Parts: sequence; structure tokens; C-alpha cells
Amino acid sequence: MSLPDYLPILFLIILSTVFALASMLAASKLTPKRVTEAKSQPYESGIVPETGLDDRERFPVKFYLVAMLFIIFDIETVFLYPWAVAYGDLALFGLYEMLVFVGILLVAYAYVWKRGGLEWAE
Amino acid sequence: MNAIVDFLGGDIVVTAIVKTVVAFAALLLTTLIVVWAERKVIADMQARIGPNRWGPYGILQTLADGIKLFFKEDFRPRTADKWTFALAPVLAMVPSLLAFAIVPIGDHITIGDRRIDLIVADLNIGILYFLAMGSIGVYGVVLAGWASGSKYPLLGGIRASAQMISYEIALGLSLVPVVLAAGSLSTVDIVAAQAGSVSNVSFFNGVPVLEQIAELFSFVPNWYIWSQWPAFFIFLIAGIAETNRAPFDLPEAETELIAGFHTEYSGIRFALFFLGEYVHVVIISAMAVTLFFGGWGGPKPDFLPWIWPIGWFVFKTGLFVYLFVWLRATMPRLRYDRLMWLGWKRLIPASLVWIMVTAVVNTEGVSRNARLVVFGILFVIVLFWLGKGDPRLTGAVTPQRRRVHGPS
Repeated sequence: MSLPDYLPILFLIILSTVFALASMLAASKLTPKRVTEAKSQPYESGIVPETGLDDRERFPVKFYLVAMLFIIFDIETVFLYPWAVAYGDLALFGLYEMLVFVGILLVAYAYVWKRGGLEWAE
Repeated sequence: MNAIVDFLGGDIVVTAIVKTVVAFAALLLTTLIVVWAERKVIADMQARIGPNRWGPYGILQTLADGIKLFFKEDFRPRTADKWTFALAPVLAMVPSLLAFAIVPIGDHITIGDRRIDLIVADLNIGILYFLAMGSIGVYGVVLAGWASGSKYPLLGGIRASAQMISYEIALGLSLVPVVLAAGSLSTVDIVAAQAGSVSNVSFFNGVPVLEQIAELFSFVPNWYIWSQWPAFFIFLIAGIAETNRAPFDLPEAETELIAGFHTEYSGIRFALFFLGEYVHVVIISAMAVTLFFGGWGGPKPDFLPWIWPIGWFVFKTGLFVYLFVWLRATMPRLRYDRLMWLGWKRLIPASLVWIMVTAVVNTEGVSRNARLVVFGILFVIVLFWLGKGDPRLTGAVTPQRRRVHGPS
């Protein structure tokens, strides 16, 4: 495996980004521009919108908790991949190591569950 | 011709360019057909006719829609963040197109003396790359919701990101046993590991009667769906949730959030989101085929031998795309708390346990498929037993607001 393997990916990034940007640019030249007051309001089902710029930062804190938990478990996933690839060579040693690792994680998981960290609706 | 090849830096670059362009065009064309097919199939399921105006059986409908969207005014609310709003669709579409790079769509073809593998890039970290592209796709959605400066898109955007990251863990974990069995992250190696027949399973060796029974099943291919079927179901559920499709289409739940994160988008920018979503559906289908259904593997008659693998791949992927459509027509949308419950409390522990089961069975470095099948059945029985009586699984009870109380 070497750098040339990633060459098609680079081309694909360039091609798809150029495609997206070019179509947006072309559309911006071709489409009509008639800005009216009603069009430039945020859509709130037809009632007079109440959204201000500050509303952007306000959302339920639960989502934040999900993001925190995600980081923990995603890092775990990242650890599992190299282990899975090398498992044929590690054999029993790898198994015990991973049982310990997953065991520790399951304890944390059980703790979060018990504390209600995984509950969405109360 | 040779001068051009030399000028561009030799074979590698030319091959890469050709592959990229072909893959890109094929993916766009596939999307056009998939969108049309979905509308047609759903129309059939709902006893309607569906698109039938443009081209035979309305097959050019998507193209017509695309052209229409291209010429539609593209406006944004004044509260929107101009640049983020403009670039979020690109960020949503590009990663899902990129994920296609590691899907092997066929064996290899030989042009002149040049061997060309029918995959855009055979990376040795293929599966990780696939997951990474899924993660980057979340940015497009969440930034679109945030940048709109409007309530519904914001809610849709954060819902989408919470859902996608929750199911991404299950998605990632469900692929670990496959990687473990194949011993490689490369999709080409994983497809190669599924070649051959199930009767080569070492588990039966040395037992005369069982060996003969296994011989009877020699026509059955050695796909991972047999030994890894719990992983497959976790992958499928998480994959559907990852694409934000029904029954997991909460981020754009039209009855609650208008159109979720792309409420404020119109014209070509909306089209890019749309394109990204359908490409994502194709990718998840293609990955399900690659990882669990032998990829391009299938019977290969002598007539045009190179075209059969591509045909098998397209056929199998098509079946999965059909499954996506079928589910959309059949399943009601989940409620958000049940969605989180399914992801965090069922899929994640289930996939973790299944990784350990696979690891234990594979201790000798040999995949013991037969044992895995047995364990798989046991595993699912235990899962059902654990889920039995859970009111959310049966849908009997809606959660009630708990009494307000002090620290417990």
C-alpha cells in the first residue's frame, strides 16, 4: 500500500467538489433573483417567525450528552479495528486483552445506563 | 496517446482519472434511476401510477426534476449564516460520493496488457474509510440545520446528528466481527474471503456423516451472511438509520419538522442534499452486499466472463435498494426516545457481545462458521428473551413524565 492508492480518492474529491460548486455557481447565474420580505423570513409554517440569531445556540442539553457518550464509544470502536485485523496473530492473548478492555467498558456502560444517561424520555 | 499518458505521469494517473470519472458518472446515473425506481415502486405499493410523463415509464422524471430545480430561485432566510448555509450541501454530498471509492463492483478486466481492478481505490483501510466518510457526512447535515437560522432546521439538524452518531457506533461495531473473520480491512480481501463454498467449513472435518451432509451444500456460497447474520442485521438497521431513511427519518419528519435540516433549502442546494441521500442509500446497499453477500461473487458462465460479476453486484445491490424502498412504504416512523433506546440499549450491547462471541469462536485463527451459526441463533434467542416484556419493544406503553424529585 502506498500513496498512489489514494490518488483516485483525491481525484474523486476534486471531481465531486467541483461538480457541486460548479452547479451551484451556474445555478446562481441562471436562476431569478427576486428577494422579497416574505421569502427572506425563516419558515415557521406561515406564522410570523420568532427566530432571532440567538436561537441558534439553544437546543436541549440531552443532545450534548449523546455527543459525549458517542466520543467514548467511538474511540472504543477505533480500538477494536486494529485488534480485529491482528486477531489471527494475537490468538488467545488478544482475546484476554480484549475481554478485559470490553469488560471495563461494559462496567462504564452499565453505570451510564443505571444513572439514566441513556434515557431519552423521562 | 502515449505522449498524453507520459505527460500526465504514467499509467497510474490515467487509470485513476478514468476510474474516477467512470465511477462518478455511474453513481450519478444510478441515483437518477434509484430515485425514479423508488417513486415507481412506492406508487405501486400505494396503488398509484407514479411518474409516467417523461421518457418510457417516466424514467426521465428525475432528470426533469433536476433540471427544474436547477432553474429555481435559490433563496435563504436573512437569519442564515451565508457561507455555512451555502457550503453545507457540498459537505453533505461529497463524502457520500467518496464512500463509493472502496466498493468493489467486479473482478478485474484486462485492456491490452493492463490489468484494471474494478474498484476505484483498494485501500488497506477500506472499512475505516467507509466509516469515516459516514462521519464526515454528519457535518453537512448539522451545519445545514445550524446555518439556516430557523427553528425547524436547527431541531432537524441536531436530531440528525444525534441519531447518526448513535447509530454510527452500532454500525462500526457490527463490522468488527466481519473484519475479524476476514483478517483484513480491505473490501477486496473481504470479498475474496467469501469466495468458495460453505462445505469447506473446517468444523465438520473428521466427522464422517457431517462431512457428507456438508458436501450436499457445496453449492451454497461461503458468504458472511451465514456465519455473521446477527452482525448483518445490526449493520442493516444501523445503516438505514445512518442514511436518515424511513423508519428512521426523524431528522426530516415532515409531520413534525416540515423538512428537518433542509427546510430552508431550495433550488440546486436542495438537489445536492437529495443526491447525497440517495447516493448514501446506494452505498449502504453496496456495502451490505460487499460485506455479507459475497460482493460480486456468483456463477460465471463462459460467455463474456468479465460482465457477470458486475451483473451480480448490480443485481444484489438492487435488491437492497428495493428493501430500502419497501421499508419506507411499510414501516411507520419511530418515536425519538425509541430510536435512542434501540440504538444505545439494544444495538450497541448486542454488537459488543457478538464481537466477543466471534472472537471466542475464532480463537484458533480459523473461522468456524458452523459454530457461529449455532451461537448466532442462541444469541438472538437471548436478545429476544431480554427484550421480552419491554414495553417499548411491544409498543404497549408510552413513557410518562416521572414525578419531579430531588437527587436520588
